[in-house]
Amino acid sequence: MSHWLAAAGGNSASIPAPHVEYGQLSPMLVVFGAAVAGILAEAFLPRRARYWSQVTIALLGLAGAFTAVIVLASQGYGSTRVDLLAMGAVALDGPALFLQGVILLVAVVAVLTYAERKVEPKAGGVPVDAFVAQAAATPGGEQERAAVRAGFASTEVFPLTMFAVGGMLLFPAANDLLTMFVALEVFSLPLYLLCALARRRRLLSQEAAVKYFLLGAFASAFFLFGTALLYGYAGSVRLGDIADVISGEAPATQALLSTTQNDALLLIGLALLSVGLLFKVGAVPFHSWTPDVYQGAPTPVTGFMAAATKVAAFGALMRLFYVAFPGLRWDWRPVMWGVAILTMVVGAVLAVTQQDVKRLLAYSSIAHAGFILTGVIATNKQGLGAVLFYLLAYSFVTLGAFAVVTLVRDSRGEATHLSSWAGLGRRSPLLAAVFALFLLAFAGIPLTSGFTGKFAVFQAAAAGGATPLVIIGVLSSAVAAFFYIRVIVLMFFSDPQPGGPTVAVPSAFTATAIGVGVLVTLGLGLLPQYFLDLASKVSPFVR
Amino acid sequence: MNSLIPLLVAAPLAGAALLLLGGRRLDRFGHWLATAFAALSFAFGLALLASMLGRETAERQVDVNLFSWIPVNGFQADVGFQLDQLSITFVLLITGVGTLIHLYSVGYMAHDERRRRFFAYLNLFLAAMLLLVLADNYLLLYVGWEGVGLASYLLIGFWQHKPSAATAAKKAFLVNRVGDMGLSIAIMLMFAEFGSFAFGPLLGSEGTAGAVGQASEGKLTAIGLMLLLAACGKSAQVPLQSWLGDAMEGPTPVSALIHAATMVTAGVYLITRSASIFNLAPDAQTTVVVVGAVTLIFGAIVGCAKDDIKKALAGSTMSQIGYMILAAGLGPIGYVYAIMHLVTHGFFKAGLFLGAGSVMHGMNDEVNMRHYGGLRKYMPVTFVTFGLGYLAIIGFPGLSGFFSKDKIIEAAFAKGGTEGWILGGVTLLGAAITAFYMTRVMLLTFFGEKRWQPDAEGHEPHPHESPSTMKIPMIVLAFGSVFAGGLFTLNSSFLHWLEPVTGHAEGDSPLSPLTVTLITTLCMVAGVAVSYLMYGRSPVPVVPPVGSALTRAARRDLLQDDFNHAVLVRPGSALAAALVYFDSRGLDGFVNGLAATIGGVSSRLRRIQNGYVRSYALSMFGGTLVLVATTLLMRSV
Repeated sequence: MSHWLAAAGGNSASIPAPHVEYGQLSPMLVVFGAAVAGILAEAFLPRRARYWSQVTIALLGLAGAFTAVIVLASQGYGSTRVDLLAMGAVALDGPALFLQGVILLVAVVAVLTYAERKVEPKAGGVPVDAFVAQAAATPGGEQERAAVRAGFASTEVFPLTMFAVGGMLLFPAANDLLTMFVALEVFSLPLYLLCALARRRRLLSQEAAVKYFLLGAFASAFFLFGTALLYGYAGSVRLGDIADVISGEAPATQALLSTTQNDALLLIGLALLSVGLLFKVGAVPFHSWTPDVYQGAPTPVTGFMAAATKVAAFGALMRLFYVAFPGLRWDWRPVMWGVAILTMVVGAVLAVTQQDVKRLLAYSSIAHAGFILTGVIATNKQGLGAVLFYLLAYSFVTLGAFAVVTLVRDSRGEATHLSSWAGLGRRSPLLAAVFALFLLAFAGIPLTSGFTGKFAVFQAAAAGGATPLVIIGVLSSAVAAFFYIRVIVLMFFSDPQPGGPTVAVPSAFTATAIGVGVLVTLGLGLLPQYFLDLASKVSPFVR
Repeated sequence: MNSLIPLLVAAPLAGAALLLLGGRRLDRFGHWLATAFAALSFAFGLALLASMLGRETAERQVDVNLFSWIPVNGFQADVGFQLDQLSITFVLLITGVGTLIHLYSVGYMAHDERRRRFFAYLNLFLAAMLLLVLADNYLLLYVGWEGVGLASYLLIGFWQHKPSAATAAKKAFLVNRVGDMGLSIAIMLMFAEFGSFAFGPLLGSEGTAGAVGQASEGKLTAIGLMLLLAACGKSAQVPLQSWLGDAMEGPTPVSALIHAATMVTAGVYLITRSASIFNLAPDAQTTVVVVGAVTLIFGAIVGCAKDDIKKALAGSTMSQIGYMILAAGLGPIGYVYAIMHLVTHGFFKAGLFLGAGSVMHGMNDEVNMRHYGGLRKYMPVTFVTFGLGYLAIIGFPGLSGFFSKDKIIEAAFAKGGTEGWILGGVTLLGAAITAFYMTRVMLLTFFGEKRWQPDAEGHEPHPHESPSTMKIPMIVLAFGSVFAGGLFTLNSSFLHWLEPVTGHAEGDSPLSPLTVTLITTLCMVAGVAVSYLMYGRSPVPVVPPVGSALTRAARRDLLQDDFNHAVLVRPGSALAAALVYFDSRGLDGFVNGLAATIGGVSSRLRRIQNGYVRSYALSMFGGTLVLVATTLLMRSV
């Protein structure tokens, strides 16, 4: 008791009333509001009205939030103005605002792929989407068959996704460790659920969800433990305060004298926090969930998760390292070097022998996490801008690629085995060409966004003194190029299998999603300057 | 008026584009269209000449900057034209002779089903050559230079169904590429040294010194030698001469165009245009002179031994261009005469080639002179025009070649010292050999008894005069062959005309001009006499005699191909084979091995990904331990 009160300032009567800046927090509030509205719609609207209303609510909410981001940016936030909101719990600065914008755009495209109802064969005469008819029904059981016959659909995915988006918006903006943890859980829990909701291969999907949940909980525990240790060290969970204690600018808290400035607490806390975040970005050795979850989850969810989670988690990771631990750079940089190298190499090498498109893209995302880490390690302004740009570029390529995967189908649903993609270029030249474009962007071939992004992070890393890392990065890219090009060769230069998959004709939703992916990929490759400027002009992290 | 300058190039270029893109509906009149475009360009040239003559000497040069071509920071290239006395001379030669050759081709190619395409290429050739001589900087000149190479490739290989023609085209292109490398290196050197490749700032104009004045002699020598290499390629000078003889595989009007109006004159133009560079690089100049002198004799010897009428003329071209290169290498003493000989040569060599084409046309496309004989009665117009060209080229007093060649020989002596004597001797020897082999051509073709042979299908030849579209150009060119030299020499008009551009200096000749003229004429008479004794007095065998070792070598173009094969092709193939071996065994082995290793590692690592969440958690836990331990360790070290 006395400890707690002492740490909080010694006077229980002076807990201040929270002050919340609703205007500046509006992007998150709008999204959360839309999520709640979605839940209400789910509860009160009749079944057949739910789909359209959910899609509308989600898109409107995201559009509203994005407008709020734009308005904030036009007021100078993120470039010339920065602020701490909600009594210092949430930061409003350049990286936060930029990443929130990216997450919202990603979410719009993801919702479009969720809304696709044309590629699945109709169930019970009703068009259905990629999500399970009734999540609670036992896979293969009578209840499930009945639900399918009735044409049920899990429209809950929309509010779940909106909650996840809300958490992701908060995550890179969280300015204290507890807020960060809450945000982490807010976006993780809906994702665990979403992973379990595949209409086809339900067991695989549920297995993926359980794995993700168990390992995610494990990682969260590390994060929380790290938070506790750092509180013990600094007497505060505010990132800025921790930095002050490390640099010796802030006085030690009386009640915590026995632990304050105990370096072991600090370093172990730092390592454990890193584990929690590195798990989310899918860095080696905390990557093992990635392939299984990416493969099992419904493909639209995989696309959303692969793009948006990475954006949010890298935002939080950078805030943590840049704001709380800049004074410790020489302690965490070598470790992060090792993680980055391992991530790039293991991701690229393991992808070489994959036979499943979704697993291949999962390993590719691991390798890309490694490339982005090189930019994080640069710890300079250039590196920050490069990582922001990379995240923007990478998200849209990923979304587009997974959207293409949803269209290549056979009688059992999506045909994700690589052998069935042979000769796709002859059956469906346009789709194969689009997928080839995304693969080339992943590989970092010039005139695509992937090249610009990779060039930017490597350049920043080299400028930040991490040349060996850049060399390993380039070599890994060469290995990675092999398996990307292999798929292209397979699609265009192999004979199609008899009885191979067909390419479903999507509705306007998926077509738009893929089209946006193509546009962004080419746009950021051909005319990257505007976005490079945008990413490099953002203000540094606020403290 | 100056706006006409870009049109000079644009007219034939438009013709080429129109004919190539216009399709079959242009088949019926496309050739006339092309001829009209060539004539239009010639008319523009005449208009510009008139306007230029109306201006003071100092104001005759006109610069037209069309647009900025490559505006990169620190690298400025413009598309701009420079029209001065030198370029207008070339323009008129190219378009004038070019138009006549177009007209001639209308008759010559009348029965070729790909005639439209042929005329498109002819127009393209003119456009490229005009761009070359009008460009106001070396980079744009290079565009024209490459365009000439392309057009010559297309035309030499026009009858591509004949493997020999396809090979000849490829050979011409490849050999020219060697020269092109020289030009590109020269341009790079210029840019590296001066930061520019525009004529104005680089070479200076009248009264103002260009940037080259400040450069060291060594660098200028390097640039000069590279320019010479370029000139050797286009102008078929030793050691890049081997393509010229084979280029006879193209239709005869093409040979006339290449040898008289375009292509081979490009090298002489390049050296004359770069006079400011060569004047400051004596070593490069000496090399130019040596190349010219060697080629002069080389071509003449080859010309003596050939039985193929076109190849004999080709040897003669090589030799005559050798004269021009030699003159250009003499510096200010010779530039004007190099160009003057180039123009007169343009007339009589075009006339000779068109005459040869006319003979072939009448003789079932026979080219072997040993199967001709006595044609003067059957083809009187061809005989007369060809004869006038012949008299001009051997330097018969009063005709064009007499004046221009004589001036070069004088200039060679005027070089002074031992050099002067050697060069003078070589040029005189060349004059004698020229008289010899040209008389041989004349005698074998038009005089003596008939040695006609039936062609492959057994048709007896029925020699006849060619249609008037072919006769008119020959007659016009004959006029040029007769009068051009005299006109140019009258009051030294050509000298005064060109001097402001190229500069001029009188050397100190040990012999008086009259003496030189006399000796030259004597040499010429001796050559004609020897030839007459050998070929005019006794019947010519239809099957060539074995001949001396020199003759046999000369028939094989003085072993140039054997030389290239032994010195370049064989080591080149060996190098390529070695590289292929290294690539397939060394590099591929390494790369494949690496790929296999990565694949192996990948399959082994995959086993860790076993799908059990417990082992994933364990690996995460292990990873966390390592991370914590390393972080702590980093602090302690």
